[in-house]
Amino acid sequence: MSDDHDHKQEPQAIRAEALEAILMEKGLLKPEDVDEVIARYSERVGPLNGARIVARAWKESDFKKRLLADGTAAIADYDLEGGEVQKLVVVENTPTVHNAVVCTLCSCYPWAVLGLPPRWYKDPAYRSRIVREPRKLLAEMGLALDEEIEIRVWDSSAEVRYMVLPMQPPNTDHMDQEALAALVTRDSMIGVAHLDG
Amino acid sequence: MDGIHDLGGKPGYGPVVRETNEPVFHNLWEAKVFSFLRGASIAGAWYSTDRFRHLIERIDPEAYLTHGYYGRWLGGIETGLVEAGIVTQDEINRKVQQLGGDSTDLVAARPRPDPDPLGEIPAYDGSQRDVSNPLFHTGQRVRTSAVGKPGHTRLPAYARDKVGTVVTWHQGWVYPDTNAHGQGEDPQHLYTVQFTGNELWGDEAENVKINLDLFEPYIMEESM
Repeated sequence: MSDDHDHKQEPQAIRAEALEAILMEKGLLKPEDVDEVIARYSERVGPLNGARIVARAWKESDFKKRLLADGTAAIADYDLEGGEVQKLVVVENTPTVHNAVVCTLCSCYPWAVLGLPPRWYKDPAYRSRIVREPRKLLAEMGLALDEEIEIRVWDSSAEVRYMVLPMQPPNTDHMDQEALAALVTRDSMIGVAHLDG
Repeated sequence: MDGIHDLGGKPGYGPVVRETNEPVFHNLWEAKVFSFLRGASIAGAWYSTDRFRHLIERIDPEAYLTHGYYGRWLGGIETGLVEAGIVTQDEINRKVQQLGGDSTDLVAARPRPDPDPLGEIPAYDGSQRDVSNPLFHTGQRVRTSAVGKPGHTRLPAYARDKVGTVVTWHQGWVYPDTNAHGQGEDPQHLYTVQFTGNELWGDEAENVKINLDLFEPYIMEESM
């Protein structure tokens, strides 16, 4: 992260600084609040949580069954922080079905399992196009899908949050969960990438 | 509400640009804006995510597209703080000038002089509620409402007056359309409704299924 003095040209930066000063004067903000936000979303809440869940689903068929049947209950004992997931639905990619997640109305995203979303997920291009021309857009993003593969897009328009269970890369059955989790990318759990072994 | 935020299917936004090794926050000010959430909501700038989302929907449309995600949040937070009487825009403008800011810069916030009531503070954290007697069942064909609402709603414009199939019933949830406006929680059944690409986008559409989570008042029975 760059120091904010590099970005004086952004009007938002100065306005944020102004509001910060006012909220502090009013006792509505403490200097350590921003550090807590940075620590939480840099260190504790991020896509590694989702990656571990994916790797476990690949290894344990019983867990996978529970995860797909009721994602919220299946991840309950993970004690995830980060809020934003009152109900989790996990959708499975197969050789014939590909899933992708979006929020066209704002930028809803399963923070507790994937952390904060990347910029492109929140930008107008992805939000406008993935519901209208997903095959074309995914191809542009490097994921070419055969015509016969059905694409299912999940537009999170309420409080249900969606995560994609990507297909396990070939020739990785011998790997343990921790090693498998390291292969799982954030983009594969949003549904805009496949995984290589 | 018809607005710039309702982006599904809108043309003209170009390629998706991904960054490699993207940081969680690109600049310190973005994390600062995130850190305002807690104090602003405790002070009563809003009591629900529904309200907060509506504050963001109402910001200046040009700022919505150009100020980035945390710029949109900043606009929403400022709008909420001002409408609740916690700060004034004069106060913020003066501080911006003290800090060397340009008074002609586009301000995202669009506070109204006659804001909606804030509504009640929710009893607990969460928006699932018990509701009985769902009107629809999985496998049923339904048609979405044709009418856009002036206020907050979670039926995207691209899915108005379209026929889909209920694929999941999610039980009862606080209704954003009333809750965002301080008109109570009015819990409603929520369903995932699946639409074909052809239904939404016409004959030229890709082979795709679009799933939306829709509240019961958005849908009606569709005869076979």
